[in-house]
Amino acid sequence: MTYDQSVLDQLKEKFGASSLHVQQTKDGLPTVYVPKEKIADVLSYLKNEVPKPYKMLYDLTAIDERTRQHKENLPQADFTVVYHLLSFDRNSDVRIKVALQGEYPHIPTVTSVFTNANWYERETFDFFGIKFDGHPHLKRLIMPPTWEGHPLRKEHPARATEMGPFRLPDDKQDREQEALKFKPEEWGLKRASDDTDFMFLNLGPQHPGTHGVLRIILQLDGEEIVDAVPDIGFHHRGAEKMAERQSWHTYIPYTDRIDYLGGVMNNFAYVQAVETLAGIDVPDRAKVIRIMLSELFRLSSHLVWFGTFAQDIGQMSPVFYAFNDRERIFDIISAITGDRMHPNWFRIGGVAQDLPKGWEKMVSDFIRHFPKQLKTYDKLVLKNKIIKARTVGIGAYTTEEAIEWGVTGPGLRATGFEWDFRKKRPYSGYEQFEFDIPTGQNGDAYDRALVRMEEMNQSLRIIEQCMNNMPEGPYKSDHPVTTPPRKERTMHDIETLINHFLNVSWGPVIPPGEAFFGIEATKGNNGYYLISDGNTMSYRTRIRTPSFAHIQMVPYISRGHTIADLLAILASIDYVLADVDK
Amino acid sequence: MNEVVKYLLIIGGVLGVMLSIAAFLIWYERRMLSLWQDRYGPNRVGPFGLFQVLADMIKIFFKEDWIAPFADKWVFIIAPTFVVAAVLMGFAVVPFAPGIAVTDLNIGLLFFLAMSSLGAYSVFLGGLSSNNKYALLGSLRGAAQMISYEVFMSIALMGVVLMSGSFSLVDIVNAQKNMWFVVPQFVGFVIFFIAGVAETHRTPFDLPESESELVAGFHSEYSGMKFGMFFVGEYLGITLISAMIVTFYFGGWLGPAFLPPIVWFFIKTFVFITSFVLLRAALPRPRYDQLMSLGWKILLPLALLNLLVTGAIILTVGA
Repeated sequence: MTYDQSVLDQLKEKFGASSLHVQQTKDGLPTVYVPKEKIADVLSYLKNEVPKPYKMLYDLTAIDERTRQHKENLPQADFTVVYHLLSFDRNSDVRIKVALQGEYPHIPTVTSVFTNANWYERETFDFFGIKFDGHPHLKRLIMPPTWEGHPLRKEHPARATEMGPFRLPDDKQDREQEALKFKPEEWGLKRASDDTDFMFLNLGPQHPGTHGVLRIILQLDGEEIVDAVPDIGFHHRGAEKMAERQSWHTYIPYTDRIDYLGGVMNNFAYVQAVETLAGIDVPDRAKVIRIMLSELFRLSSHLVWFGTFAQDIGQMSPVFYAFNDRERIFDIISAITGDRMHPNWFRIGGVAQDLPKGWEKMVSDFIRHFPKQLKTYDKLVLKNKIIKARTVGIGAYTTEEAIEWGVTGPGLRATGFEWDFRKKRPYSGYEQFEFDIPTGQNGDAYDRALVRMEEMNQSLRIIEQCMNNMPEGPYKSDHPVTTPPRKERTMHDIETLINHFLNVSWGPVIPPGEAFFGIEATKGNNGYYLISDGNTMSYRTRIRTPSFAHIQMVPYISRGHTIADLLAILASIDYVLADVDK
Repeated sequence: MNEVVKYLLIIGGVLGVMLSIAAFLIWYERRMLSLWQDRYGPNRVGPFGLFQVLADMIKIFFKEDWIAPFADKWVFIIAPTFVVAAVLMGFAVVPFAPGIAVTDLNIGLLFFLAMSSLGAYSVFLGGLSSNNKYALLGSLRGAAQMISYEVFMSIALMGVVLMSGSFSLVDIVNAQKNMWFVVPQFVGFVIFFIAGVAETHRTPFDLPESESELVAGFHSEYSGMKFGMFFVGEYLGITLISAMIVTFYFGGWLGPAFLPPIVWFFIKTFVFITSFVLLRAALPRPRYDQLMSLGWKILLPLALLNLLVTGAIILTVGA
């Protein structure tokens, strides 16, 4: 992927070259430091004025720079706030950075420029203690309100053993319980309007319709939703923090569990980001194996979505059919990788093993079996009148709204906008495959369902092409950082043996630099932004997940609908809580 | 004396048979659903898993009899008994076979409608007394749904009454000797069937429960045998509605002589019970307002039209 660098000149022309500082990164993504006072102007210029504008705030995060060793050619900073913008017109990105000084620095909010900056800024405040001046509701988002410290700061302990033993004295218990009490005002909700008292319904975190520990506070007038406030963070496992104490190699299993329905799809983004940093070229066979496994996981994830979508609308049976077919996929996946949902199978520089004997038969059996199942599903669910009545026109948004809220994946394509990273920014050889990008028209719950159903057909096509055109050759690169190196060679030459020993015992050392890699995952665009400080561990790992953006949009699209509609909307979004909370 | 013993036997028999059918239905539904959903269902306890119900019953009897501390205690306890009592009372007028009925009331049909209306109290009071928002929403939906659908149910039945000239269920069955009422009263049958599904709040009209939205709807707070009452009440309700469909539209016990009348009655009833289960396996749930507009905007005019046409034909042709 080559990015459009002309934006740097446009920025220099507009804001003056002296106030900007361009950084070279490993991924070639144009990266520029701007002064903190100008951040809102810069983003507003990029979003609204620049030719071929950057319409989407793709990600917003921060870096604790205080212990970073390799800061050559970087402005002096204790913290850096990073804005990642995406332009659909240019098919390019730009990374804007702001260097901040001080222990708990302040920076102006950009919520007035990008609506979806709201949650990202809250998350950054929560994790780093950076205050966003002017933010409408700067409260903790992921961590509990009583949490002490900001976990992604370098001084915050990463292991429980680095903290004192856990104690719960009475006064602390009282504080915790007090914090759990629901006060509508703290959530920015009014108790009553001029003519009615609202009912507040606590939907979740334990609720059969939320698919995991998502809590949504509903402000109801009868059954009509006046406002909804998602409360997330119950599934937070500190994945980004863990990356800072796992070797580059041993972090792969953790990525499996981000979008836990996507399996290797998470590895895919991560290892490609590491490979970009290390400059590894992956052999063709490994590329195609990766694509095949990813598409199998796309099918399996979409099948879970399909089953639960029908179930949330009250149809009981489809989930069983879908799970039966998912088992067939898992049979293939476990034959190849040895595990079902979290195979931890991609490696830096390739995949863990070559394909087993007889894999073609398993895959071709499935390819024969599945299309007629899809037809049944279509008839059973999507053609069903009640399903249509429940989903057509529900939770609709336009392409502009989707972009404003950072929606990617099927949710974006359902609005009629053909944007798929596999086509637009082909990675791992997707450009060599024939497949279509299904789109919808209305951006409602029904169209989102239609798009996903058709995506399953397309994934099947890709898998078939993988099967018929699987290249011969090694399944791993011979690059020294490939971890673990190919076993066949370790016993024959000393270089590989040393590499093997070092990479396994110590962990591969990745040269310093920054790289981002995003892929079209099951639920939208999943990206890993990695910063290496020339060490065996990542200095900062930022995971950009699609579900986070999608859940932030829920209140916007569910206002005025009923509770039943909210469940249909949630079902059609297809999120995974682990993907929201990381 | 003999008369008294006979009646006691019939009452005891009907109670016993109905309660065991309800229990059996729990197993039956689970097995049928799993058959349609490519899975096994309960198949471990006893032959074909038949004793699963027994095991469940033992479990549910010995569960802690928990009453939510914030609930309205007495109403909370009484609510589940309404549905079981009302439905069991409804069976009093069901003519299983000639001579096998608890009573042949001359207003049997009205008695059935009255009893099935009482079931709504169970849903309403259970949800209201739980003092839980999900239960409240469920019971509001339930009360509105059941009361609305009762209207079309009774109007649909008036066609049958016009044709047989009687409110007595025995007379209604006897009037079908030449032709089952399902033929001339097909529209009435469809409306009655739909209303029956709504009345028993079964899928696709299970809005008072709507598991994926309201957790368990009106009985969210119930557990142990009090929940069991709602559960058994639901299956009794299915049996009663199926028995009524058979009585009103499918000739009750009537059938070729090679099987005794009571067997015919139960065979026909089971066909409809199975269709209830099939509906649950197949259909999603409409939204509350869609359910209501289907009722008031389509079923009500249709039921009235049916009544009008039936009346007009009987007036011109003669009964």
